[in-house]
Amino acid sequence: MSFSLKKGETFGTAQIILFLSIAILVIVVAVPVLLIFANAFWDNNGNFNLHDVMNVLREPDTYQALLNSVIIASGTTIGSTTIGTFFAWLVTRTDLPCKKFMKAMFLVPFMLPSFIGALAWKMLLSPRAGYINRFFMDIFNLDEPFFNIYSYLGIVLVEIMYLFPFVFIQVCGALERMDPTLEESARISGAGLGTITRKITIPLVLPSILSGALLIMLYSMAHFGTVAVLGIENGIYNIPTLIYERIHQSAGSFESIRTGTVLASVLVVSAAFIIWMQNKILSKGHFQIIAGKSFRPMELKLRGLRIPLLVACCTYIAITIVLPTAVIFLVGALPTYGMPFTWENLSLENYKFILFDNQLTKDAIFNSVSLGLSAALITMFTGVMISYVIVKMKVRGKGVLEFLGMLPFSVPGSVIALGVILAWSGKFGINIYNTVWIILLAYIARYMAFSLKANSAALEQVHDSLVEAARACGATMWQALKDIVLPLVRPGMLAAFFLIFLPSLRELTVSIMLYAPTTRTIGVAIYTLNEDGETVVSAALAGVALVLIITGQSIINRFIARTTKG
Amino acid sequence: MSYVRLVDVQKRFGQVVAVDRLNLGIEKGECFSMLGPSGCGKTTTLRMIAGFEDLNEGEIHVGDRLLSSSRKRFYLPPEKRDFGMVFQAFAVWPHLTVYENVAFPLRLRKLPTSDIERRTHGALEATNLLDVAQKSPASLSGGGKQRVALARALAINPDVMLLDEPLSSLDPHLREEMRFEIKDLQRQFGFSIIYVTHDQSEAMALSDRILVMRLGVVQQIDTPLNVYSHPANRFVFSFIGLSNFLDVERDGDGPCRVAGGGGTLPVSPPAGMGSRLSLAFRPQEVGFGTKGTVDGEVQRKSFLGEVVDYQIKVGEQSVRVQTGRRSPGPEAGETCHLDIRRPFWYPAEEPEG
Repeated sequence: MSFSLKKGETFGTAQIILFLSIAILVIVVAVPVLLIFANAFWDNNGNFNLHDVMNVLREPDTYQALLNSVIIASGTTIGSTTIGTFFAWLVTRTDLPCKKFMKAMFLVPFMLPSFIGALAWKMLLSPRAGYINRFFMDIFNLDEPFFNIYSYLGIVLVEIMYLFPFVFIQVCGALERMDPTLEESARISGAGLGTITRKITIPLVLPSILSGALLIMLYSMAHFGTVAVLGIENGIYNIPTLIYERIHQSAGSFESIRTGTVLASVLVVSAAFIIWMQNKILSKGHFQIIAGKSFRPMELKLRGLRIPLLVACCTYIAITIVLPTAVIFLVGALPTYGMPFTWENLSLENYKFILFDNQLTKDAIFNSVSLGLSAALITMFTGVMISYVIVKMKVRGKGVLEFLGMLPFSVPGSVIALGVILAWSGKFGINIYNTVWIILLAYIARYMAFSLKANSAALEQVHDSLVEAARACGATMWQALKDIVLPLVRPGMLAAFFLIFLPSLRELTVSIMLYAPTTRTIGVAIYTLNEDGETVVSAALAGVALVLIITGQSIINRFIARTTKG
Repeated sequence: MSYVRLVDVQKRFGQVVAVDRLNLGIEKGECFSMLGPSGCGKTTTLRMIAGFEDLNEGEIHVGDRLLSSSRKRFYLPPEKRDFGMVFQAFAVWPHLTVYENVAFPLRLRKLPTSDIERRTHGALEATNLLDVAQKSPASLSGGGKQRVALARALAINPDVMLLDEPLSSLDPHLREEMRFEIKDLQRQFGFSIIYVTHDQSEAMALSDRILVMRLGVVQQIDTPLNVYSHPANRFVFSFIGLSNFLDVERDGDGPCRVAGGGGTLPVSPPAGMGSRLSLAFRPQEVGFGTKGTVDGEVQRKSFLGEVVDYQIKVGEQSVRVQTGRRSPGPEAGETCHLDIRRPFWYPAEEPEG
């Protein structure tokens, strides 16, 4: 009797939690996305209208933006995959010196925001004013700039610098975990190292390479920052920048929103397709190649190429990481952009100005930190609840939740921003447009996926029998959750918190669509200051952002190192 | 002269000597096992023969071919040694079919297509894999994968087959079955086997000779029977089969007393072994006797099916005794007398470093 009563009671709570979880995901994620589709495919009179959609897509501007997204994403994907795979092979399978250090350095671009990188490259290579261009033009008396960064090639190269770690980290992982005897057995069969690399190693890690490549494709298609900084000058728009341009210029006219939603729909569909492909590759082709005990994998002796390749790697790191970072800090220390970097010119004036005197930048830093903290906290707690339902509960209707939970993975930032504008500027009686709350809501929608991923992973580690043992000892469902489950998933929750807090500090794509004069974030402030020609102030703020991000990242790294040790 | 010869081979990893002055000859068609606890150097030795590790000292020959020599700075890479090798974790390639896995070494040798087909077919037939030839090895069970690995190693018809704990990833009952299959294949193809294992029963069942190794140093090389019944030292005695050790003391050449109480022994060690000794014996080679032998008290008696297992306290020490289930014996708590039938004597054990 008491057994069935208890069963009934937990069934009730389960229903409540399930309902709450679905409600949160529907309101935060599903409604905005649905509104985008509704706006794109239905006209004012409520009729399904594919003709207008085609018209929008046929407009030269939109067509060109779609094409540009494909061109830039393809170039970036091919370049990053080649570089990422090569470097991964170099640091895992050869006798290159200082491999550990190299590996750490190749991962640095992960934490650097790519639009700050783009800004740095603009300072170095803009056709007339860029430092490198001027240097070469002065020396060789050139009339033409040495390299014009405001070009497809420029955009692709800068994106490659910041995106190749996606492939690098995947391939490194696969190569490191791979059972060395798979290669050794090829060797004893009579294959030389070249044959082994071609016929055994590369095919075995191909799923990891492709999955990393698709991730880059997804990211680059929907990427705003680099194209906004380097492309707009020369009229190169991709989908996200054109959406921004239209919404921003025309202050919410029907036509511009229409174009925006059609473009956003294209983005969502292509992102969903890419993710579907990725899942297919991972489920079908992911070989069980992980080893138990074994010796170190064989290393290719680079012999004569050892030092040249080391120099090449160091040069790559110096040019892509050290140089842009240094330029940001140095330009931030100049009174005006374009002056030479001499001791007399450099000062901390700009840094003092943005941190203590300028209301706009002070607001931006405050906004970003408070938005990041609140978004991270809220998303962490709701994420743990939703993941609990998805991973642990056996209730009907959780399939809906799984689908809704996957949805944010395929919704790019600019789409989310457009969606929240449609949903929360009065349509349902709530108008929070132009306030900080709409940005918060958009952050939560954007980062929910991170939280679900980290928390689900942590919860999957908690075996059901642990909770059952607690229940058998006399704990209620809630006591078991509080005393057993929560302490065990705490690392996952913390991971989720940082996974959200740090990226939101440097967020640009969403905030740029939603900001009002007093609700600028750090990213928006850097971007708009730069647009307004306040290059040195913008660089100084970017420098401050880099310091914040790097400090945060090292705290996390130390924290992770400690928890994994203990 | 032996077919595979290792002469004064030494291998160091940094300061650690993994294999020390190893001299070894393996005959054509012999099945030779290397046995020892993990880290004893057996796998390193196999990998030096295979060519995955070079040598710090010494030479390795097969037939009239020199494979490695530290003095001549000569080192034939593994792909040129023409061995077959099977690894513990199977190491079959999941992106190729079973057939392609087995044909891989033949294709590398640029044989005519008809030869490749014939020999792949032969290897698949010998390992009962013809039915699954077009499948992915990932879809096979552990035993199936290991058959693919064996077939792949057989394909080139090697003179020497190197097996690195090939059965330890398999279920116990499958392990026994595969043992006999390997033995059958050896009879059929006539290759020599160099077999690395930490499982003594595997080594006993398969081998013509066994090498027991510890901390890089050879302890004994002999037939399975001799290693069991004439162990070269205390380590070999304890590593092969179940073993008991009793510390005993002795004044001059007088009778031996069990250290810490338990009576005087009726048997005496050879003269000149000092005053502190270890008496070693197998649990199966003890009987319950009459007064005048070692005194003990039964602490635990457990029925294990065919045998009865006793834990017996002798003074402050403890030994294990096993008797047939039909022979009468004392019950737990009773006192008893032990009649040690085959004693081995070793110097008292130094504290382990």
